[in-house]
Amino acid sequence: MLTESTYEPAQAVYRHTILAGDRWMHVVRQGQIFRIHDLEGNQAADTLIYDAHHPDDRYSASDTIQRQGKLYLTTGSVLYSNLGHALMTIVADTCGRHDTLGGACSRESNTMRYALDKEHMHACRDSFIRGVQECCEHHLDKRDITCNINFFMNVPVTPDGRLTFADGISAPGRYVELRAERDVYVLISNCPQLNNPCNAYNPTPVEVLIWDGDR
Amino acid sequence: MTQLPPIPEGDLLHRETIRGGGMWSKVIGRGKTLRLTDLEGGANVGLLLYNALERHERYNMPDTLKGQHIFYLTAPYCLHSDMGRLLCSITGDSSGWHDTVCGCSDAKLVRQKYGEKTYEEARNDFHRNGRECFLIELAKWGLSEKDLVPNLNLFSKVISDEEGALSFDPTHAKAGAAIDLRCELDVLVVFNTCQHPLDPNPQYAPKPVQLEVFRNAPVVEDDPCRLSRPENGRAFQNTEVYNRLRF
Repeated sequence: MLTESTYEPAQAVYRHTILAGDRWMHVVRQGQIFRIHDLEGNQAADTLIYDAHHPDDRYSASDTIQRQGKLYLTTGSVLYSNLGHALMTIVADTCGRHDTLGGACSRESNTMRYALDKEHMHACRDSFIRGVQECCEHHLDKRDITCNINFFMNVPVTPDGRLTFADGISAPGRYVELRAERDVYVLISNCPQLNNPCNAYNPTPVEVLIWDGDR
Repeated sequence: MTQLPPIPEGDLLHRETIRGGGMWSKVIGRGKTLRLTDLEGGANVGLLLYNALERHERYNMPDTLKGQHIFYLTAPYCLHSDMGRLLCSITGDSSGWHDTVCGCSDAKLVRQKYGEKTYEEARNDFHRNGRECFLIELAKWGLSEKDLVPNLNLFSKVISDEEGALSFDPTHAKAGAAIDLRCELDVLVVFNTCQHPLDPNPQYAPKPVQLEVFRNAPVVEDDPCRLSRPENGRAFQNTEVYNRLRF
């Protein structure tokens, strides 16, 4: 569902551009508004979310899918943790659909998906691993890297159960905006994927912004 | 429904029945196959798989789906780990559809759907839920909440419409339906027989499953699972390198 935000970038309390292939991890406090801005279009923002105080409680794809009875995310979707807590709610969305199934690339899965000699290529799980190692005092590791959200990705499922990777439905300037329902860490790998035609083999930067909510 | 071939008596290693609302975990070595059978119809098996020796390697929903361009499981597809390898391949399936995305029930959901039924009043017929069963079994192997990832729901069919809305097919799980999971690594198998979280049945009525483990023939070059997708062929190669170096 397409919904525009009323928040102005000039009023944001935090702004940062995540370059293609880079990682970013930051606290978003309960009640704050968090936007991911697809600067050049059809980029995949691979995103993990953790309760900032108890990071074993983190985004769960299956809990989110089950509780909303729906595969895709858009305005109104609540992102649930593996222990059943609401972590964030999507409050604005000018893209309209975001993927819960596709997960992140890893060097190992690239060998399976594309070719055995792709192992050297930079992949999202490397970004996630370095993100949790560097940016969080809770000593997170590979076990904490679970099935992520792919903002701006379109992965349609057909009624007969096929999974397809469609052309992106995002475009330059589109964004998704979330309200934090508790203090959370957001970890983004701005997908470095050079094997996937969805981004025309051209990863591009995304911008993240944070506002204090309830102005 | 086409029945799976009978297990040759000399190959059978173990057989038991797990009652509805039960749980089970064991390591099954590579070269052995786990057959699960829905005895009465309407069963659901919430299943998680780990590499028995490196338990941070585990079943991965996205790689399983992306690697095979599918949203559900049946033969001759494979169950991928998060390390480019295979934990199991589905060498036989008379069910035709197993859910991969809906996860498990928790205490709150079971209370809301079926009401409270405690051990004190119902003894071992008290209401159990999928998450607690997983956490109890995982703890025995040194695993915890961190290791809870999206699980499989064997025998349960959930379809998606064009908008991604999900619906559970209550007519799908038939008595006698069975699935063969051939272990490609030494696999820690953790499962429970709690009802599917989207099961519309208003009664708390988890169903029993039969579990059998048997020795399977070696995987050959023209194995149907290996040939089902080029991605599966490469995952088999990765798994063979791992086993060659490890053992």
